[in-house]
Amino acid sequence: MSTQVAPLTDLKQIANRIRIDIVKMIGAAGSGHPGGSLSAVELLVALYFRVLRHDRNRPAWPDRDRFVLSKGHGVPVLYATLAEAGYLDPVLLPTLRKLGSPLQGHPDKRMLPVLEASTGSLGQGISIGIGMALAARLDKRDWHTFVMVGDGEIQEGQIWEAAMYAGFHRLSNLTVIVDYNQQQLDGFLVDILDPAPVGGKFRSFNWNVIEIDGHDLEQCIDALQQARAGLTSRPTAVIAKTIKGKGVSFMENNPEWHGVAPKKEQVEAALKELEANAR
Amino acid sequence: MKTTSSNFGLKMGVATREAYGQALVELGRANPNVVALDADLAKSTYSAKFGKEFPDRFFTVGIAEANMVGMAGGLALNGKIPFASSFAVFLLDKGYDQLRMSVAYPRVNAKFVGSHGGISIGEDGPSQMAVEDLALACGLAGFVVLIPSDEFCARALVHRMAEWSGPCYMRTGRPKTPIIYTADDQFEIGKAKQHGDGRDVAIIACGLEVSYALQAQAQLEAEGVSARVLDMHTIKPLDDEAVAGAARECGAIVTAEEHLLDGGLGAQVAKSVAASHPVPMEFVGIQNTYAESGTPDQLMEKYGLTAPYIVAAVMRVLKRK
Repeated sequence: MSTQVAPLTDLKQIANRIRIDIVKMIGAAGSGHPGGSLSAVELLVALYFRVLRHDRNRPAWPDRDRFVLSKGHGVPVLYATLAEAGYLDPVLLPTLRKLGSPLQGHPDKRMLPVLEASTGSLGQGISIGIGMALAARLDKRDWHTFVMVGDGEIQEGQIWEAAMYAGFHRLSNLTVIVDYNQQQLDGFLVDILDPAPVGGKFRSFNWNVIEIDGHDLEQCIDALQQARAGLTSRPTAVIAKTIKGKGVSFMENNPEWHGVAPKKEQVEAALKELEANAR
Repeated sequence: MKTTSSNFGLKMGVATREAYGQALVELGRANPNVVALDADLAKSTYSAKFGKEFPDRFFTVGIAEANMVGMAGGLALNGKIPFASSFAVFLLDKGYDQLRMSVAYPRVNAKFVGSHGGISIGEDGPSQMAVEDLALACGLAGFVVLIPSDEFCARALVHRMAEWSGPCYMRTGRPKTPIIYTADDQFEIGKAKQHGDGRDVAIIACGLEVSYALQAQAQLEAEGVSARVLDMHTIKPLDDEAVAGAARECGAIVTAEEHLLDGGLGAQVAKSVAASHPVPMEFVGIQNTYAESGTPDQLMEKYGLTAPYIVAAVMRVLKRK
């Protein structure tokens, strides 16, 4: 748990390095999903450096907290975070999406066992997380399961089957994080199928709801720690308002960057912006 | 199935779904990591038997198959051996994306049992009848696909599934099923059971069709045709060796299944025969349609799945030898 002691200023630097890695990885791959990777950076940093109980020297520790990235297309942020947290050799990052690489285009547990689940077909992560939370409950263990979903993803019906189950059965050892960046592949949620009020929906399914700014590290840490404590005897939904493409000015709030890789000049422009933030 | 027992003298046993419920309880007693899930059909799939004895390890999820399959994936990723059941048509058709993404692709150790397979469910009609489940299950890479022919076969295969490391699907049936085996018969995943060593034709059948095939075998014997019957309780991985042996030694094959002819037993056997020892084949199964309400016996007759249809298919294939 040596990774959890960094002060906040360091966490901001870690977040910036992760953004740099995301841009480099997707640029090198020539395809991928930068928008929804960049929006989730602070949430992942908060989890891996302050909230999750884990130990990089024991990746299969039975009592580790579980994290499932249900929005599997955002996996570059997870790979970059795992590299920062010491679970992944950073030299692997440029192999993203290349033949034989453990860094598959969407999370593949067969290729990278440190992942808790394989995902990529949207809507399934909360159900998988419920299975995990029930396993912990059956074994009387106190590890916690976190699942991150996209806001477009919650248009899937299975999300609400799962939300109904977890709320009804009071799975307080389960937390869902909604990366609420308000965009999906085809455009803005409000123009396609707006799930608002997201918090209201989870509340009505008997969840504890915390709404935060998903780029404010302190808010992320507080909310996720509160959720992990499981004090409410309910599952918690952390609704994190984020900006798709956060940190790269020309990508921010532009749905065009959902699933398109930056070209060489765009990578350079993005890195110039991000590297200016580095200490 | 009145027809089968009265015409052929096989003693009637319990439904394979009931045998599943009993075997699941046995597993629960032997292994605390065995858990069960059901989507509001526990009384019909007989998983309720498990729930009664092990309420803490039984998750009834409501009418939400997709969520159930995903939950099974999450449980299996954390050391549990989940058995999830529902009607075959709902489990496979509604849970298919989840079976693929949350189970087959990560290759987790989860088991799925679909009851009410085929049209022999009778009066409830085609919305409840799985006629495509075997094809769908075969489309999941790495899955074992099973269809027991009687209660003893079902019980044994449930135990083999629990011992198998990896995802499995088993179809069970609604009606009481003629007894073919005894409690002492051994079953192995991927190994067909052969009945007789006739050399004129091989009838390769699965599920309820095995009892009709045995009935056809007896009728053919009376007409001077020596047939062997292979109970192909494992559709995948198919017993290619037994299929090739049947093709070589008999020179003609008839398959019989309570399933659409697209992508089921016949299709799997044809693939195997074509690759090993091509011989003429005929196929007994459901012909590109959905059935209707009726008694099981009426439906099996109307949709061409009873012994006389198997005999007729044998006569056709013998002419092509």
